[in-house]
Amino acid sequence: MLRHLGSVSLTQETLTGDPQVDFQFDWQAAFASIPHLAPGIPYTLLISFGGLAIGFIIGIIFGLLRISPTAWLRMPAVAYIEIFRGTPVLVQVLFIFYGLPQLLGGPINALVAGIAAIAVNSGAYISEIVRGGVQSIERGQREAGLSLGLSRVQTFRYIIWPQAFRRMIPPLGNQGIISIKDTSLFSVIGVGELVRQGQIYIATTFTALEVYLMVAMLYLAITLTLSLALRLLERKGLVGQ
Amino acid sequence: MNHEKSTSDGEAIVRLNKLNKHFGDFHVLQDIDLTVTPGEVVVIIGASGSGKSTLIRCINGLEEFQQGELDVDGNPLLPDGKATQALQKIRTEVGMVFQQFNLFPHLSVLDNVILAPMKVRGLSRDAAVETGERLLARVGISDQIDKYPTQLSGGQQQRVALARALAMEPRLMLFDEPTSALDPEMIGEVLDAMRELANEGMTMMIVTHEMGFAREVADRVIFIDKGRIVEEGPPETIFDSPSEAPTQSFLSRVLKH
Repeated sequence: MLRHLGSVSLTQETLTGDPQVDFQFDWQAAFASIPHLAPGIPYTLLISFGGLAIGFIIGIIFGLLRISPTAWLRMPAVAYIEIFRGTPVLVQVLFIFYGLPQLLGGPINALVAGIAAIAVNSGAYISEIVRGGVQSIERGQREAGLSLGLSRVQTFRYIIWPQAFRRMIPPLGNQGIISIKDTSLFSVIGVGELVRQGQIYIATTFTALEVYLMVAMLYLAITLTLSLALRLLERKGLVGQ
Repeated sequence: MNHEKSTSDGEAIVRLNKLNKHFGDFHVLQDIDLTVTPGEVVVIIGASGSGKSTLIRCINGLEEFQQGELDVDGNPLLPDGKATQALQKIRTEVGMVFQQFNLFPHLSVLDNVILAPMKVRGLSRDAAVETGERLLARVGISDQIDKYPTQLSGGQQQRVALARALAMEPRLMLFDEPTSALDPEMIGEVLDAMRELANEGMTMMIVTHEMGFAREVADRVIFIDKGRIVEEGPPETIFDSPSEAPTQSFLSRVLKH
């Protein structure tokens, strides 16, 4: 593979000694990097799915508060959503990792900071997903439940939520993929996730192209697996719809 | 106005006294006085937007009212939708069939019917299934109980909705334009099921545009115009010799075809 294609002519193929011209993509170097990147995978997965799991709980709570008819329940949810959706996740993690210790008087573990950042950030988006899902269910469903004598809680639990959750699966998958990719920013706080492992490895081998390609492939493997799993879940959930 | 039943009737199942409802500036229901006795079939007719659907939706608390009194089987509902034990009790005793069926699309036909008996009445699954299968057979849906609502025709869905409401063993059934969303060829099957229910002595309040059906099954017809009960009486009186001008005008428009 040639670099700087614009400057390459046919005759240059015969020239030797120009590192820019006969640069070869080194597949061996690429594959050799995998064992060095591998230790980053559990961190990436832990930050992503740990953060998303907490974010999902936050999202259910704040998404439902967001649609409460009671203003003093609704307003804090609106504030939370706007603040954490409207600021960059990178700034959020820097704030948590470097800023919060000044308030708390002690350091925060980088892994914990990463999980917390994904949790509060995805939680804001998931709140909106939950709100949208619940509000998308026709009013007649609630009325039918109430008219049968089900309480408001029972109506939500057995009628509204199962239908809303099915509609939430595609946007939740979307958010999952976004959050997995967001964890790549957390190399800045030194947590040993995929990008961080790549940077460390490149510092000794200088094979940036090969290693970052492998890093990208590993992200893709994770996100494609998630996509596939969600597609199966969705198909299963579509029975009867 | 011609009140057949006096409001002091001790065995009334529904009693409305000077009920008023506003949507903002719009006075939807005005001084509604109405009493329904057990076993009675009351059909409510009127133009779109006259308040007839709103009226029956007040009876199980799906709509709030602002002034007046409403009680169902001795359970009083409070103005402004204040939730009470009585509201919950009313809803377990009053069944409703909606224009849009409102079946639960994520549950099978059988599960639609047994959900409330299990969760509200506390029936075991076996007992609920037994009742559910019997009711579904009665409305002619026996061979489709494991299907999902969207796999059924509109007429079949509405019959499932009827079975679902009946599974709670209601003392009163409300019907909110039950055939208005149906294709014409399916209206008959739903009306047949309702007719059968009426013949068995169920107390029913029906909002409908099916005048032929109203004439046939109603013990009493109520005509509502602009949120007021303009006229009420036996179907022969209302349909053949209405005394009020709005009733005459409405009927001349709807009975023409």
